[in-house]
Amino acid sequence: MVWFYLLSGIFLGWSLGANDAANVFGTAVATKMVKFRTAAIIASLFVIIGAVISGAGAAHTLGKLGAVNALGGSFTVALAAAITVAWMTKLGLPVSTTQAIVGAIVGWDLFSGALIDTGALTKIVSTWVLNPILTGFFAFVLYKASMFLLKHVKVHLLELDMYTRIGLILIGAFGAYSLGANNIANVMGVFVTANPFKDLNLFDILHLSGTQILFFIGGVAIAVGIFTYSYKVMKTVGKSIFKLSPISALIVVLAESLVLFIFASESLMKLLISLHLPPIPLVPVSSSQAVVGGVIGIGIAKGGGRAINFGTLAKIVWGWVLTPISAGIMSFFALFFMQNVFQQRVYVPVRYAITRPCASKLKALNLWQPQLKSVKDTIFDNARDFKYTLILKLKINKKLVNKIVNYAEIYPLKIDSTKITELDEKWFGKNRILALKKLNGSVFIHKWQLVDTLSAISNEWKFRPDTPQNRLYNRALKKRYDKLFTTFKVPYDSVKDFLVKVL
Amino acid sequence: MLPVFKKTKELEAKIDEFLDVIMEASLEFRQGLKYYLEENFEEFSKRAELVDKLEGKADTLRREIENKLYSEMLLPEARGDVLALLENSDDVLNIIADTIMGFKMEMPQIPDFVDRYLYDLVIESTASVEEMVTTVRSYFKNITAVRDHITKIMFHEKESDRVGNRIKMDIFKSKDMDLAHKIHVSTFVEKLLLIADKAEDVGDRISIYVMKRLA
Repeated sequence: MVWFYLLSGIFLGWSLGANDAANVFGTAVATKMVKFRTAAIIASLFVIIGAVISGAGAAHTLGKLGAVNALGGSFTVALAAAITVAWMTKLGLPVSTTQAIVGAIVGWDLFSGALIDTGALTKIVSTWVLNPILTGFFAFVLYKASMFLLKHVKVHLLELDMYTRIGLILIGAFGAYSLGANNIANVMGVFVTANPFKDLNLFDILHLSGTQILFFIGGVAIAVGIFTYSYKVMKTVGKSIFKLSPISALIVVLAESLVLFIFASESLMKLLISLHLPPIPLVPVSSSQAVVGGVIGIGIAKGGGRAINFGTLAKIVWGWVLTPISAGIMSFFALFFMQNVFQQRVYVPVRYAITRPCASKLKALNLWQPQLKSVKDTIFDNARDFKYTLILKLKINKKLVNKIVNYAEIYPLKIDSTKITELDEKWFGKNRILALKKLNGSVFIHKWQLVDTLSAISNEWKFRPDTPQNRLYNRALKKRYDKLFTTFKVPYDSVKDFLVKVL
Repeated sequence: MLPVFKKTKELEAKIDEFLDVIMEASLEFRQGLKYYLEENFEEFSKRAELVDKLEGKADTLRREIENKLYSEMLLPEARGDVLALLENSDDVLNIIADTIMGFKMEMPQIPDFVDRYLYDLVIESTASVEEMVTTVRSYFKNITAVRDHITKIMFHEKESDRVGNRIKMDIFKSKDMDLAHKIHVSTFVEKLLLIADKAEDVGDRISIYVMKRLA
């Protein structure tokens, strides 16, 4: 059944491989600078490596937008995105998997009553706009620099041809890596929260987390797409949109790869944080739109503003709007059918309640509002109902509402010694595991309770003040907490009686 | 050395060799005609045969280069331009070989009053060929220098036109030559002018190819 549910993600991966590999190797193959077989092998290999090694960053941002927490839901969301992509491609409209999946996730949020993280959504949408602009800028600068070099460095035409070929292969490999790292989130991101795979340790040499296994499967699906269908697309793309000289093509692919890499690289983000610079959000972006940006950048470098094709620009903007909306509507209705006609669970309800510990916490943080007393014994079935009650009935200030919702989320956890032994002690650190062992048998209703309890008994579980120097430490600690949350989560029903006691 | 580097270097060497052959043929042609005008026909004959051989060698080299460019799918963008360039340069060499063989077979009688000017014409037209060879080399190796060389080709072509017209006028004004003789000598003047014209055509093509490459 797990594999059946994954099918829609695999289908999405296949179509991504079939379409987007052309953005990396299209010109190289169409101009016969690189053989298709070579291109396909390199692209497949590096897409998989990129997905497994660096796929987590962009997937995390998508997860923030909507943590699709049931496999049935993940299946439907990915399917809705895939159908939207296929349908819009058939209509000849410009389409990007990225925009489709974001729309489909928002559709799930609306259906399940989950909160839409407007911060994450704004971050994602703003990167869509930034993506072609940044690629265009990179292409412009790289083009000017390469023309300067070509004029002043005496290289034989044949050697230049050889370097261009080598460049197309190397940059193509980098492009494929970046594509895998950035776009695997589109393919497998929605399955992360409901991930059925366990961590895998191969002879102590290769350690793959459950998410990495998921991304590996997605990467293989992309590779199959590249081998089976991308040749046709490369032939078309390479000769139509992309009618550039091999050197210009090399520049466009380099600019595109850099942008995809920037929006996917956790290492780069860590570097920026350590240099006290604002980090770049890790978000899946569209490779096709990056390419259009790059081509426009080269056009401007060659002939100024005349090169901007406003028709193409309008199409991109149209894609930003139309694709997510169509995918969102499609996802919403597909989820409805999946749940009510096929009787499949498409989401695990996330409940909210002002429990006694929650009330004390809010009081301690000066967030307590007297009106909250009236909902003290109510369990809300989803974030939307809870939020609307707070805003519309209790007239609580909107700014406070999001914080209250955060503390009121019910996330039952039970610390279990057998599960503690399964944790990677090296990654967590000895002292942290020791502190955790002290909590054996404890039950928590809210995530923050576990954080507070652990922080109280061990300094190593404490978050440091939010300063630029501490950002990396806090991010790493948060990752460990996230691992605890998924490891020790118990079903809501098993703590129902306990919950009634603390209400 | 990596095989891909080796192959590239080999092809580069072949193109250089092809251009060397054209250059050598042009120099031998000039020297040969000098001997012809000095009436040292034995030396002239040797040079004429040498030019003929060089022309055959250039053909072989050109075919080898063309085969390599196609079979290894090199220069997908500039391949057409490069092939045209090689063929047109080879055409210039063909005209050189035709001309010197024409001198050998037809032995035109050059009147004394034309002797000096005719040698000037040979110098100008071969100078344009030598500049053409340098331009083609620059197209491959040093694109910024192309413009200067093209200017020089144009200069030599104009000079050869000027000298050629002067010779033709002198010939047809002459009262000591019969019409058949005049036309015979004039045909050879035309051939020498054609060499410079064709060299200029190659230069013109290159200036377009350069624009394409830098566009």
